[in-house]
Amino acid sequence: MSLDLISYAAFFLTMALTYAVMCLGLNIQWGQTGLFNVGIAAFVAIGAYASAILTTPDAPDRLGGFDLPIAVGWLGGALAAGLAAWFVGALTIRLRADYLAIATFGVAVSVQLCVLNIQPLTGGAFGIGFIPRPFNSLAGDPLAFGLANLALMAGLVLVLYLALQHLAKSPWGRVLRAIREDEVAAQALGKRPVRFRLQAFTIGGAIMGLAGAAQGHFIGFIAPDNYLPILTFQVWAMLIVGGSGNNRGAIIGAILVWGIWALSAAAVSAFVPPEQQARAAALQIVMIGVGLCLILLLRPRGLIGESRSLLSTRKSRKP
Amino acid sequence: MNPQFIMDGLVAGAMIGLGAIGVTLTYSILRFANFAHGEFLSWGAYLALTVSGGLGFLATGLTRPIAPFSFGWSLPFALVIAIFLTGLLALALDAVLFARLRSRGSAVIILVMASFGASLALRSLLEFLFTSKPAYYTKALQIAVRLGGGVRATPDQLLSLGVTVVVVVVIHLLLTRTEIGRSMRAVSENPALAGIAGIDVRRVIRFVWFIGAGLACIAGTMTGLLVQIRPYLGHDLLLPLFSAAILGGIGSVPGAMIAGLIVGLSEAGAVQLVGAEWRSAVSFVILVLVLLLRPRGLFGRAA
Repeated sequence: MSLDLISYAAFFLTMALTYAVMCLGLNIQWGQTGLFNVGIAAFVAIGAYASAILTTPDAPDRLGGFDLPIAVGWLGGALAAGLAAWFVGALTIRLRADYLAIATFGVAVSVQLCVLNIQPLTGGAFGIGFIPRPFNSLAGDPLAFGLANLALMAGLVLVLYLALQHLAKSPWGRVLRAIREDEVAAQALGKRPVRFRLQAFTIGGAIMGLAGAAQGHFIGFIAPDNYLPILTFQVWAMLIVGGSGNNRGAIIGAILVWGIWALSAAAVSAFVPPEQQARAAALQIVMIGVGLCLILLLRPRGLIGESRSLLSTRKSRKP
Repeated sequence: MNPQFIMDGLVAGAMIGLGAIGVTLTYSILRFANFAHGEFLSWGAYLALTVSGGLGFLATGLTRPIAPFSFGWSLPFALVIAIFLTGLLALALDAVLFARLRSRGSAVIILVMASFGASLALRSLLEFLFTSKPAYYTKALQIAVRLGGGVRATPDQLLSLGVTVVVVVVIHLLLTRTEIGRSMRAVSENPALAGIAGIDVRRVIRFVWFIGAGLACIAGTMTGLLVQIRPYLGHDLLLPLFSAAILGGIGSVPGAMIAGLIVGLSEAGAVQLVGAEWRSAVSFVILVLVLLLRPRGLFGRAA
């Protein structure tokens, strides 16, 4: 019994950590740079599908299945999503701030369409199965398998965390924050905001792709339903709760929100009669939306927030 | 290519155009992309459904279809009340959310994010209240009439086109010939200066919310009448709305309408050429092309 509990806890934490990776990606886009991405689900999906196509064994009914090692899949997923982010960013970052938001919304719709309709590549609505899972040799022992995967994911989060902390403290990270706080002043110091923003957006997108790849390999199966807009909302809720601009907050927020989400979903399926469950799930999403607005109104810096931030005194750039 | 796509495209484009006028007006006055605008379409459609159902309950004669159309007098009456209610919904949303963020001097992107959260809450609330099962204003079936040249249209579709033309002309006159229209243009040029010149900026903002939401209610109700009513009705139209608003040029009402028709016709054309499953990608392609080639849109001023 206790062993079951531990392996369930390991599964839960591993899932939460995959969200933490997405959250770290969003943090570099929004928290450090102030770029609003409404298409997180799309970048995660691109990473997951790219990795799945690279690593699955050859399948007769669809293209791809190159049977490459998992590490190649992770890298490929990050690369593909980074490329997509670069394309969207290059298109919109020099324009108005909210054109980027609209364009990422468009990407989310279009990627969902592509994943559903390009059946020869993505398997359509049925998705892709038989994605190799790390430590598959341990699969006979659920506990060892769960703990090994948890260790792998925790390692990934730790490495990303240290790298991003280093980046944030580096001259590059300081320029990003300078641009976010006062674009004109940064420009006067000879920094080109468009270039730095584009770099940050691309790196963030690549990290989201990496998260998608890692999650796909952990579950072993992906389908278009995993990448609906609700995923975007969840990751946003995680970052806002944890506090934007703060990498540690991003990770804690991910675990916290995923925990609340999983618990409330379990409560819904346990206590609500089956015919009312869709309604209860809708109410759950209402809560996320209202919560997002409330935090923006009452605690704009999130629960933890950024240390030494000028966020609260931030004014719109143009009247 | 079957010329029928022109009729389908015009009807879809009229709905997109009406919605895009609201997006472009809120954008030019309040200066942010309102992601909750699609929800005004859905709420408008469901409010009209509820009021129409209530009216039909009070007087069954109201639900009897009027000659060539599929609906009775209860729907037009309900639409008028629903326009008012949707306007109130927008004003309430502004009062509890956007006005507070504005008065705090929040960055544009915070407003966008708040609208994103609001859209999520509003849409899921509809799903909670009405479930995701499609609803209809009427069960009556309609026979399409032949218009010549191989094009057919139902009386409902023709009526919707007519109503759209009337509404757009009225809005255009309102914005160009009246005092409130001039105030709106002044606020869109420079809110601070307009305030100094004695224009009540808050009144203009309330007016813009009301007009935008009212148009959204009309567009949503027509879409509900011609297709079906679903909680995701507005969300699925959001990308076409944004594309049309940007293609037309932010702030331009005729631009939004014409761009709406262009988006609608392109969608209908793509359905024939590529297949219906790619319909939603059309607006994204148009959006990318506009941002690449002419970011200010057809009738917009240079930023």
